[in-house]
Amino acid sequence: MKAITMNASMRALVKSILGAMLGLFLGLMICWFTGESPIKILKILFQSAFGSGYDFGMTLFYTAPLLLTGLAVAIPFKSGLFNIGAEGQLTMGALAASAVAVVAPNVQSPVLAIALAVVFAFVGGGIWGAIPGFLKAKRGSHEVITTIMLNFIAAGVSAYFTLYVLKDPNSAQAETLLLPSVYHLKAFECFNGAPMGPLIFWLLALVVFLYFWMWHSVWGYELKAVGENEKAAGVYGISKQKIWMSSMFLAGGVAGLVGIIEVLGNSHRFKIGFSADYGFVGIAVALVARGNILGIIPSALLFGILQKGAGSLDLETDKVTRDLSYIIQGLIILGVAAEGLWTRKRK
Amino acid sequence: MIDSFIQSWLLPVMRVSTPLIFAALGGMWCERSGVIQIGLEGFILIGSFFGAISTLYFSNPYLGFLFAGIAGMVLSVLYGVVVLHYRANQIVAGTALNLFAMGIPPFLSKIWYDSTGSTPPIPTESQFKIAPLFIMLMIVALTHIVFYYSRFGLRLRFAGEHPKALESAGVSIKTKRWQGVLMSGFLAGLGGGTLSIYLSSSFIRNMSAGRGFIALAAVILGKWKPIPTVLACLLFGVTEAIQIRLQGVVIWGTEPVPVQWIQILPYLITMIVLAGAVGRSYAPKSLGQVAE
Repeated sequence: MKAITMNASMRALVKSILGAMLGLFLGLMICWFTGESPIKILKILFQSAFGSGYDFGMTLFYTAPLLLTGLAVAIPFKSGLFNIGAEGQLTMGALAASAVAVVAPNVQSPVLAIALAVVFAFVGGGIWGAIPGFLKAKRGSHEVITTIMLNFIAAGVSAYFTLYVLKDPNSAQAETLLLPSVYHLKAFECFNGAPMGPLIFWLLALVVFLYFWMWHSVWGYELKAVGENEKAAGVYGISKQKIWMSSMFLAGGVAGLVGIIEVLGNSHRFKIGFSADYGFVGIAVALVARGNILGIIPSALLFGILQKGAGSLDLETDKVTRDLSYIIQGLIILGVAAEGLWTRKRK
Repeated sequence: MIDSFIQSWLLPVMRVSTPLIFAALGGMWCERSGVIQIGLEGFILIGSFFGAISTLYFSNPYLGFLFAGIAGMVLSVLYGVVVLHYRANQIVAGTALNLFAMGIPPFLSKIWYDSTGSTPPIPTESQFKIAPLFIMLMIVALTHIVFYYSRFGLRLRFAGEHPKALESAGVSIKTKRWQGVLMSGFLAGLGGGTLSIYLSSSFIRNMSAGRGFIALAAVILGKWKPIPTVLACLLFGVTEAIQIRLQGVVIWGTEPVPVQWIQILPYLITMIVLAGAVGRSYAPKSLGQVAE
């Protein structure tokens, strides 16, 4: 019987869209409790995300980290690993990026400066990702638990460095020294002050590059082989240990680049708690993209819109607050993750 | 001497360990039934919110405490439906649950109290003196007995180890796993109630502050067994008590001791144990595997 005419990736796409819509729908319905019309909430979300140049710039500013954390979850997932640690990895990447102000304050060339910060952020996050990769490969420690633990350790370590080692003595806030202006990234004029510039194109290029890298490189092939069937991959001489360690290093490094968006692009320093749970929302981004690397772009944009849009709920409504975005995000993840909602059980 | 030891160490350690013990025992039940539980943080948060507001509403901490557990359990129904019925990935669903639970308290307290920060304080006369501590000790004893010496406990453990064997004995795996999930919601909810009704006198935004994950770490450190899990919670309680004690204390030099290093101790210890340095910790065999 060939009743099914859609291919697997089409079905995955439809499932994602249905799941996300269900989550969004339920989340908006909850607003009815407050006496606000769901249509009005939806309007506010979109108005706030796209209403002006500044709004759109901010939406991209929230989308950009999600591109990276989405990748950081999706790439190891292809090798069978669950990276819950993007939050810790991006924290360490951002901390490392802010450390360039101390390590190399007198760099003259902006290109060199930014390249240096990129290396710092990538390696900082990469090491944080490689630790669970290493423990998984060598000691068999479950990566979900180690990455969760490392998120908290990253929070503690970065707080220590911010308060004691890299602290800005002139600031009353918990933040590190301001980076010299050579490190600052430019933003587009048309965004009227929203901190996003040509960087967004670099990030999109990174996503596209990784897409091709996963499909057309030996490493990408080996990665998927390990993810599909470790034993078979092993028979062909592919070392799953090497794949796990390298994929987690890459994932951590990519997550660490969030530090470039935040530290070089926005606040020019490391601030404790700057991340709007990008690491966890990254799980949602990768999930809605269903493991398709290019799918991360629209998926990250969806959650970026939600994040930006929700910020206006506090002002525009009496009772609904930005916290609604957590509820909707959670429901979207559940809607997409609930396989059984969209596929009939095969016996 | 003994008195001051009890006053200044034993009691504080027991107090701060109590929410961890509730949540960790819940997590242990759930994981032993074969279902991964990383949503403890969410249950604690929901439990602490509903515990605080129902104590206010009924002016009775016992009822408030009960409702904290029930609130956690209601949230665990959502988890159970998605994971056991619709076969969602348990790690993904747990993460979603935590995000969802983060949004609920500020969303509701804005509607009911016009504040997204904390709920109104619970008056002294409807606060707990020490009851949750005793309830915790009772639950520990009860868990140990039921876990090892009852048919219920045996069957639940089989759902996580050899589900096939359980099935051939005519017992539904799904039912056992549902029981595990519901217990994790109820107990972690009680843990949340302990936080808001016993350890403080109101709900504060995001007051779970990672305790759900510390509880999960305790389950792993305790090798998924009741008494060792409780001991792991007490160990983490000691680090929390030390950290509270050392806040702003100068031991050497002129700067106070950085509490960050003590804060990360529970997580570091768990990492070291997971790396196999201090005795291996094995998960239930069928943890996370989907039952048909």
